This record gives sequence, structure tokens and C-alpha cells, in this order.
Amino acid sequence: MEFSITDLMPAAADIFLLCAVSVILIIDLFVSDQRKIVTYGLTQAALLITAIIAARSIGTEPVSAFSGMFVGDALGYFLKTGVCLTVMVGLAYSRAYLAPRGMYRGEYFVLAMLAVLGMMVMISANHFLVLYLGVELLGLSLYSMVALARDSARSTEGAMKYFVLGALASGMLLYGMSMIYGATGSLGIPEIADAVQQGNANSTILKFGLVFVVAGIGFKFGAAPFHMWVPDVYHGAPTAVTLLIGTAPKLAAFAFAMRLLVEALGAEQLVVEWRQMLVLLSVASLVIGNVAAIAQTNLKRMLAYSTISHMGFLLLGVLSGTLEGYGAAMFYVCVYVLMGLGAFGMILLMSRDGFEAEELDDLKGLNQRNPWYAFVMLLIMFSMAGVPPTIGFWAKLYVLQAVVSIGYVWLAVVAAAFSLIGAFYYLRVVKLMYFDEPQRDERIEPGFDCRVLMSANGLAVLALGMMPGLLLAVCVSAIHLSVRLP
Amino acid sequence: MNFEASVFYFFSAILVIAALRVITARNPVHSALFLVLAFFTAAALWLLLEAEFLAIVLVLVYVGAVMVLFLFVIMMLDLNLEKLREGYWDYLLPSLIVAGVMVVEMAVILGGRYFGLAAMPHPPAAGADYSNTKALGRLLYTEYVYAFEIAAVILLVAIVAAIALTLRSQKKNKYQAAYKQIAVRRSDRVRLVSMPGEERDRGDAP
Repeated sequence: MEFSITDLMPAAADIFLLCAVSVILIIDLFVSDQRKIVTYGLTQAALLITAIIAARSIGTEPVSAFSGMFVGDALGYFLKTGVCLTVMVGLAYSRAYLAPRGMYRGEYFVLAMLAVLGMMVMISANHFLVLYLGVELLGLSLYSMVALARDSARSTEGAMKYFVLGALASGMLLYGMSMIYGATGSLGIPEIADAVQQGNANSTILKFGLVFVVAGIGFKFGAAPFHMWVPDVYHGAPTAVTLLIGTAPKLAAFAFAMRLLVEALGAEQLVVEWRQMLVLLSVASLVIGNVAAIAQTNLKRMLAYSTISHMGFLLLGVLSGTLEGYGAAMFYVCVYVLMGLGAFGMILLMSRDGFEAEELDDLKGLNQRNPWYAFVMLLIMFSMAGVPPTIGFWAKLYVLQAVVSIGYVWLAVVAAAFSLIGAFYYLRVVKLMYFDEPQRDERIEPGFDCRVLMSANGLAVLALGMMPGLLLAVCVSAIHLSVRLP
Repeated sequence: MNFEASVFYFFSAILVIAALRVITARNPVHSALFLVLAFFTAAALWLLLEAEFLAIVLVLVYVGAVMVLFLFVIMMLDLNLEKLREGYWDYLLPSLIVAGVMVVEMAVILGGRYFGLAAMPHPPAAGADYSNTKALGRLLYTEYVYAFEIAAVILLVAIVAAIALTLRSQKKNKYQAAYKQIAVRRSDRVRLVSMPGEERDRGDAP
């Protein structure tokens, strides 16, 4: 086999990140506990450079590398850039939170970077084996990060649940993949697509495998009825880790679903099958997410159920099976990540040494304590509820348009109705912040970087809502460049 | 019955007996040693299938490393044998049923038209100079190098996570920091307190 170093160029971002992780892991040994800011700075620099390398390739035609195991396309590079930037912002928010809890350690940053690497592997996988390895790399890093608060029984329990259910999901996924391998005789995504297209695969086995693959995807998204882990893990994990679990991995999960469902199993006869399954997942997520969130008194649990309902919306875009629908779903996942960063970031900013601001009551009277953060939180809550002119409104609108375009009007009506129910608990947060008396009165004084980032995050929700066409155009063109409909 | 088949039955019989003894031996050390025997005969069966690399790896990794570790653990731990054997007869019937179902399932699959002897003919024997170690290595380091490297990274995650989760900080360790001892000053150790002098009560003095 001929080999030249240029074959590796499509994977330059991943390779750089892996080298950086290895170097930082060793440098960290020589950094004393008081100077962990060195490790933190190096981590941020490594992620920034990775993001830049990935961003430089957006807009290229799809290329494959590593004998067809890796694909570099616009969709992948865009999502990789997004993952790196998301984790950078997330780490910046969590710096002040980690130190008093004994988690401001080199391992935290190394594991976070390895999780990013896992997401990047998932995003650019062109082979079932690599997809699975990416899922495991991401999963194992996250399980151990949840358990990193070793003395907290709640975190350990959350990590255990996450680990067991994650293993169950991996099992389902592998079982489905093995069925598909049995039916098509291949693990490479393009080869599977060809075999399905030519109709020389046993369709019963194929559909059987598809059911398990969809269940695995449901687990990774946290869509109902595979959502059991989400509230417990979000609640149990240290908030900084919740932020990481709740944001960037959704980008990777979207790419994961695209690679599996659209690129490998996107043939006409299978789209009909998985569309029905996704309709079920989506409606169940919308119902459970929005209704159960009303009953929560804990902000992290409420956001967990809100995540479930958002994943229901995201699946609406995927199940449409059109390029516009995929574009809308990608737009939705980007918007969701932006909002999730803001919401979890706000919990981190309000937390103090020995105090977690994670109950809804802790938000009471935020307007009197700090009007600007109350306003930022208001923007984020409005956006999550889908109130115009924030960006959340457009995200929901585009997804619903995609569903209507394939004739599922009833589904759009159900989704709109449940997002209306969901608006209740988002607006309750706003009511608590503006119309209730504060229960605590110490000042909220985050560092300079957090202040700037949080303000930018809140304003981005508003500004992108004023001109949603820009981000949507990027998403749609990335999908057009990357996905070939059969 | 030709030579190959008789060798197969010979090793299979040892394998089955050893596997049975693993669960019936009263002494856990004997169980572990029978497991070693089972692995060893399984390796011999793989050799019969011309999978010499897998056979050698099985011996090196499982017998050489995993089982030795296992034996160490068994010998180090103070096992309560009576407690371990509790409920043996209660579990026997359900486990026999499960085993019976598995045997039937295997018979159905292997006897069926997809995996029967007719559907799976004996592959042609490889030449004398064929090395499947080389073939495996060539595949792993060319076509599957990406997956191979990611698997290595997953092991790295395992190492980092295991250390991060179990290594307690050195606060409990008692060690002398010589530089701190040298740098110590009088004011760090001795505190001079001025107190008012006390009058001695002369009346009680002897």
C-alpha cells in the first residue's frame, strides 16, 4: 500500500490535539498545585489551535484518510470547531468553580481534552469500528470526570449510573452494528450504503439491526424512552462536568446520528423505517421532557429535562430526511449548545466555595443582586422557551418547517403544543429572578474572563436571533457539501 | 478418524474436564490452576485452526499475565471458603437450565443451513512460509492503524482516570522536607508571651 504524509492532512486537527494532550499530561507533572493555571492555559491554547486547524478546512469537498476509516468533510470540520470552542468556553466558566472543590487538577483538563478527542473521532468516523471507538473514548473520559469529585456520594452514584447505562447503550449499539455487518458484509459506511442501495442485503436483518442502532442513538442523545440517565447524571455530576456533558457531546451525537442513519442507512426503504422510530422517540421526549420539568425544584434537574425535550425537537429535524431538515437539525443543535453553555455557566457563576447555586430558589431576586446577569439569564430562558426575537425561536421554527414539508403537520402541532407547556417552567425562572425577594445577598463577582464570556454568550443568543440567516446558511451549506442523498 | 480429528477430541476432552473442575474444585487455587489448563488447551485448539498468533497470545497474556495475577490475588486474600460455597446446590438447577438452553441454541445455529459443515467448508491450508502474525501485523499497522491508535488512547484514558480516581493526595504521607527544616526561624517555633508576675502567697508557705 502506498503511503504519503499528505494522507494524514485531513486529520491534522485530531493529530495535533492528541500530541498536545500527551505533552500537557507530562508538563502537568512538573507544575505545582499552586500554578495549575499553566496547565489551564496550555489546555485552552491547544483547544484554540485545534479549532483553528479544523476551521481552516471548512468548505472543502469530502476526503477520506486512513484507508477509508476517516472522512473529512464540511459537516465534520464545522462541528469539530464547534466542539473545541464550546469546551473552551465551558472550561473558562468552570475554572473558579473547580478550585475550591479540589478538582482544579491536571487530570481534569487532560480528561476534558481526551473527551474532545473522542468527540472529534466520532464526528469524522467513516467506519463503524471508529464510530464505536469514538463513543467509548468520549464515554470513558466523561464517566471518570463525573466521578472526579471523589468525596461526594452523589457524584459517585451519578458516575456509576452513567457508566452502567452507557455500557448498556454501547451493547445495544454494537449488537445493532453486528446485525448490519451480517446483512451487508461490511463495516465501512460507504460500503454499507452501497450494499443497502443495491438491495443485496437481507432486509429483515437490516431492520433488526436498525432498531438497536436507533436505540443506541437515543441513549447518546438522551431522548425518551432512553433518557433515564440524564436527570441523575446532570444532577449528580459536579456542575462544571454537567456543563461539559450537556453541551459539546450533543454536537458529536448529531454527527453520530448523521453518519449512522443518513450516510450508512439512508436508503429510501430504510428512511421510511427509521422515520417512524424517530417520530416515537421525538414525541416521547417532548412529552416527558416538558411535563416532568415542571415538577422539578432543582435547576440542574430542570435543565436535564429541558435537554430531553430539546433533543425531541432536534430529532424532528433529522426524521424529515431532507437536506433542509438536516440543516435545521444542525442549526438546532448549535443553538442548543449556545443556550446550554449560558444556562449551566450561570449556575457556575453563582456558586461559591461550599455552596452550589443549583436550586431554583437560589435564583430568587437575582435582579436585585445583579441586574445584568439576571438579564442574560432572561435572554437564555426566553431562547430556550422559543420566544422571538431570540435565536431559540428560529431554531424551533426551522425544525417545524422541515417536519411540515414532509406532510407531518400533526407532529408539528404536537411539538408546538408541548413547547408551549415547556414555556411555563422557563418563564417561572424569569419570575423568580425578577419578582421574588432574594434569599441570599452576597455579591456575584466572577472573574473578568467569565464576565466577558457570559455577556457575549447572552448577547449572542439575542444577536443571532436578529439575523438567524447567517448561521442557518452555514449549517445548510455544510450539509449540502457533505451529505449525498441517494 | 484421522489424526487431526483425534487430536481435536483429545484436547477438547481435556478442555471440558478442566472447565468443569474450575467450578467444582473445592480449593480456589486449584480452580485457578484448572483455568490455566483450560486456557492452555484452548490455545492448542487454536493451533489446530492454524491461528498460531492467537494461540501464543492466549498463552502469553492469559496464562502468563492475567492468571498469575489472579493466583496472587487469591493467595493474598483471606477467602472465606464456606461463604463462597453457600447456595451452590440452589443455583445448580437454574444454571443447568441456562446451560441446556445455550447448548440447544448452538446446535440450532451450527446445524442450520448458514453455519453447517456444508456451508462452512474447511479453508485451504496456508503454505509453510505463511505467517499469520505478519498478516495480522500488516493489517493492524496499515488499514486499521487509525482504530488501533484510538484504542491506545482509550487505554491512556483508563490509566489517567484510574490514577486520578484512586491516588489520594500526599497529605497523608509523612516525609521530611529538608528545605523547610533548614529555613525555619525561631519565630516560627517559639512564641514569647509576656505575662504579669504572680505574687506568692506568703501565708501558706511552710
